Amino acid sequence: MNETVISVKNLVKKFGDFVANDNLNFEVYKGEIFGFLGANGAGKTTAIRILSGLSSPTSGEVTVAGVDAFHRPELIKKQIGYMCQKFSLYEDLTVKENIILYGGIYGMKIGVIRQRVGELLEKLKFTEYENRIIADLPLGLRQKLAFSVAVLHNPKIVFLDEPTGGVDPVTRRQFWEMIYETASGGITVFVTTHYMDEAEYCDRISIMNEGRIVALDTPGNLKKNYNVGTVEEVFIRIARPEINKN
Amino acid sequence: MQNIVEASAVSKSFGTTGALEDISFNIGESEIFGFIGPDGAGKTTLFRVMTTLLVPDSGSVKVFGLDSVSDYRIIRNEIGYMPGRFSLYQDLTVEENLNFYATVFGTTVNENYDLISDIYSHIEPFKKRLAGKLSGGMKQKLALSCALIHKPRLLVLDEPTTGVDAVSRVEFWEMLKKLKAFNITIVVSTPYMDEAMRCDRVALIQEGHLLSINNPQAIKNEFRGRLFSVKAGEKHRLITALRQYPATLSAYPFGDAMHVTFVDDEPGETLGTFMKDQRLEDFIIEETEAGIEDRFLQLMSARETV
Repeated sequence: MNETVISVKNLVKKFGDFVANDNLNFEVYKGEIFGFLGANGAGKTTAIRILSGLSSPTSGEVTVAGVDAFHRPELIKKQIGYMCQKFSLYEDLTVKENIILYGGIYGMKIGVIRQRVGELLEKLKFTEYENRIIADLPLGLRQKLAFSVAVLHNPKIVFLDEPTGGVDPVTRRQFWEMIYETASGGITVFVTTHYMDEAEYCDRISIMNEGRIVALDTPGNLKKNYNVGTVEEVFIRIARPEINKN
Repeated sequence: MQNIVEASAVSKSFGTTGALEDISFNIGESEIFGFIGPDGAGKTTLFRVMTTLLVPDSGSVKVFGLDSVSDYRIIRNEIGYMPGRFSLYQDLTVEENLNFYATVFGTTVNENYDLISDIYSHIEPFKKRLAGKLSGGMKQKLALSCALIHKPRLLVLDEPTTGVDAVSRVEFWEMLKKLKAFNITIVVSTPYMDEAMRCDRVALIQEGHLLSINNPQAIKNEFRGRLFSVKAGEKHRLITALRQYPATLSAYPFGDAMHVTFVDDEPGETLGTFMKDQRLEDFIIEETEAGIEDRFLQLMSARETV
């Protein structure tokens, strides 16, 4: 089952003298929910930009969905989906128009898109919202739609940036169930967040600090190893060891 | 104990959208009082009413015993308000912002420096830097310093920790705790359920309604029934199976487990066989203590079925 979908070996990214990613090594597997954590400025965004083909490594080997990120970053973009909480859908387009637009961007045929629109709306119980503009939808519905659109083209990996920050607890759980379903269908889910309670839902998590990955394991094992009750406490021990001393 | 804030049956609508519906609560002196709820619950509207920036459609709010509508001028002098969005002057330096706020309230930075020294000392080395050029954590510390510089009796903080990393969040709550020693009453809102534990009392708010007001431990204790934590390797199959199990009352993902309640508060003897039939024989079940979020979910589903 452990088919590797993302492989990162000795990844270094420098901006002038500043080392944003300092020799990263990790693998992410097919159908895995992988949490990518780190404080502000730890180097998460830099790494994700490389993994999603928006930036190239200074040195090292990075393979995403079988594509070499160093030489062919453009090809990565076709293999991935992306959703962030702040912006994902065009607010002044309708639900249906957004789906068609994204399907088109990912090069899907119009016939296939039309078919998927129907399936998707039915599954989300969204049929009555088909012709409503996004701005009129409650936040929870928008999030679910944004996620569905991000996996519309059946990518190998979907990147989610703080997907459930600020949403109500019920919607949040519906959202995680969608993520579980997607992952069990074989799509790898790569979650970046600094909400530590979101990290608890992931299969494995990595924690970055000052450009390096300083921990990588299941949430359960990390909590056991650090002898604490939550991922948040693990994170604080790693990022600010001096806090624990007093 | 004197009440610093008294809200009675406050309602506020925007067009046809009811933002606050019949909200009542009291906040005592030197309390850290938290409003916990998701985006769109009405937290910001409530804070604007409390800080005299919005007039309620009906009901009343008394701050320091004064009416929020007729006595707003007096109230404003003694409130420190930190809005959710960073609203200091980005093109003034750190130092200039602080001096500006002190001057507006007729005081000086020196006069109340002891109150903010603990917070401001973190950013003082950057006092010549423009506020717009600060990192998120530093902006937050400057905003808090500016909200405190006139030594308010009531400090109102709208989602101060949203978008702030876990370490800065811990530091921020430590600072708030220290402010209690200065007799300042603190009202804070947050979408993070785990921050509820750091407040003296909390109000759970959802769609303009207060679901519960109590101290955090009491809210946990209000959870009805026994709660079980169930784990297995494959989460999607696990949640699907648990929903199909006849004795399941509720099942939802919670971190690396599923939280489940059962009819008659017992998983029942058939659970083992059922899970085996579902090829989930690796499952682990144990009773667990309900948290604030479990109780919030229970209250939300109770509202939906009313």
